[in-house]
Amino acid sequence: MSALKFILQKEFKQIFRDKGMLPIIFVMPIMQLMVLSFAATFDVKNIQLEIVDRDHSQLSQSLIEKYEASAYFNIVEFKHATDTKGTSLQEGSVNISLEIPNDFEKSLTQNTPVSLSAKVNAIDGMTAGISASYAQSIIQEFREEYINKNKALLAQNKTPFKVNFSMQNWYNSTLNYKFYMVPGLLVLLVSMIGMFLTSMNIVKEKEIGTIEQLNVTPITKGEFILGKVLPFWCIGMFVLSLGLIIAKLAFSVPMLGPIYLIFLFAMLYLLVVLGIGLFISTLADTQQQSMFIAWFFMVIFVLLSGMFTPIENMPVWAQQITYLNPFRYFIEVMRSVLLKGATWDDIKINFLIIGIYAIIINTMSVLAYRKTNG
Amino acid sequence: MDSEKIIETTKLTKAFGDFKAVNEISFDVKKGEIFGFLGANGAGKSTAMKMLTGLLSPTSGEATVAGFDVFTQQEKIKKNIGYMSQKFSLYDDLSLLENIKFFGGIYGLSKEQLNERGNTMIERLGLSDVRNKLLKEVPLGWKQKIAFSVATLHQPKIVFLDEPTGGVDPITRRQFWEMIYEAADNGTTVFVTTHYMDEAEYCNRISMMVDGRIAGYGSPKELKSDFNSENMDEVFVKIARGENYKLQ
Repeated sequence: MSALKFILQKEFKQIFRDKGMLPIIFVMPIMQLMVLSFAATFDVKNIQLEIVDRDHSQLSQSLIEKYEASAYFNIVEFKHATDTKGTSLQEGSVNISLEIPNDFEKSLTQNTPVSLSAKVNAIDGMTAGISASYAQSIIQEFREEYINKNKALLAQNKTPFKVNFSMQNWYNSTLNYKFYMVPGLLVLLVSMIGMFLTSMNIVKEKEIGTIEQLNVTPITKGEFILGKVLPFWCIGMFVLSLGLIIAKLAFSVPMLGPIYLIFLFAMLYLLVVLGIGLFISTLADTQQQSMFIAWFFMVIFVLLSGMFTPIENMPVWAQQITYLNPFRYFIEVMRSVLLKGATWDDIKINFLIIGIYAIIINTMSVLAYRKTNG
Repeated sequence: MDSEKIIETTKLTKAFGDFKAVNEISFDVKKGEIFGFLGANGAGKSTAMKMLTGLLSPTSGEATVAGFDVFTQQEKIKKNIGYMSQKFSLYDDLSLLENIKFFGGIYGLSKEQLNERGNTMIERLGLSDVRNKLLKEVPLGWKQKIAFSVATLHQPKIVFLDEPTGGVDPITRRQFWEMIYEAADNGTTVFVTTHYMDEAEYCNRISMMVDGRIAGYGSPKELKSDFNSENMDEVFVKIARGENYKLQ
């Protein structure tokens, strides 16, 4: 194992002597978190709302007032019972057209189900989904207030309360998308360090020919691989810590769960991405090749990670692919520990899966790395 | 000279598909000698050397290096050899001293040995001024000498040199050969490939490869008389043209 010491010394010297490395380690995380978490926001504001009120009742009016009071909606048009065409929606001046049926108040007071219909301009699917869920959430609030106000009355009547807006689950309307993005970006950062730097580092030795010099020495495979991987493991952990500090200080991302779980998970997770980087290096002969292969995996991993698009919204076959994606598991851990306050019991399955993943990928890489060629 | 055979091959072959890069070569190298491994580009020199250094698995035949089998004991061979390739393969972004410590260290030299041998080496090469300079700032001619010294730092039984003097000026080449002689005097066996025929004259014995086979094998003196030639250049041209030669 004494050779390992010398390899590590050499690697750390070379890494910190490389003028490109310090920006990657320090500037890249800050830049990405600062810029991307603002740019990659899904927060939708100023939703142009059209209301078609067919009821003209006190209750429909109070629902409209709720929309008016909301910071997310601008009510741009009122229409009346006679209008049926959705012209404003077609023109694009309106994002959502909400129709209140003429039996709205009657149904509420009689405890019969009532349906509100909303037509949503869905050209931008993402914005549409979010706007619709905001619109729903206001109706939901309205419904709850109504229930609370009329509790006494409803209890007297002894009728089971059955107001049904047929609403789906809704996001908290105050949800801050930065809270959602920053944990994902942290995963991206740590993974990039692991995959790109490790694979390029080893391939660089192939390019300049020093790998051959190393392969004629008695260094064991294990020493070589550990020596190559450990420095980037340390850098990855460092970048994660730096990123979490930025997340706390700059974005006040809540950290509800135990942070040590994130660090423990990252220790394991880094082994997986470093293993992938190592595996890429056995496939590539030049740094360009290794970049290409790494990007190939990177794009797939990011898009299928649930970072931008919720996994539940993907088609079933794509959902199944995400089970093979290591990013998915770390993003889940990040979000559930930071935002939901998850504990060990909630995420132990992620630990198990990523542990198995680490064993498989590193076994593959170690087998693929050869000191003697066939 | 000790006549113990330190490298011995019998019908050693490396095939890539149908193409036999090295075709049944048999030769031996005696302990302490300077063995020249000659041949035109593409004749199979590098492939043969890679098999002997454990970088490439042979297809068939037999060979031992320092008493270890090239099929099964490659990692043991690696403990006993030094290797310097034609491509400069020390780290440009490390200093001279750091390179010495790294390569010496991975061969398991102790701290004391590293200091002692490192200092001796730096003094002998007259490079005390540049010991802490990054190697990229050191001129090429010096680099080759440094590479050779680093390859022999762990005092291997055999040192393999793959075209070590390629692209180097005549004075440096001369100095380089002085270092080779010094190493041989200290008991290190030197296995060197080259295509400079004047360098072939410096070797104790040589083998010449043509198209994957050994077409000439013996001391420079023997080869010159066998081929009725004045110098090694002539021998080389005759062998390359395919003139008859009795294979040993």
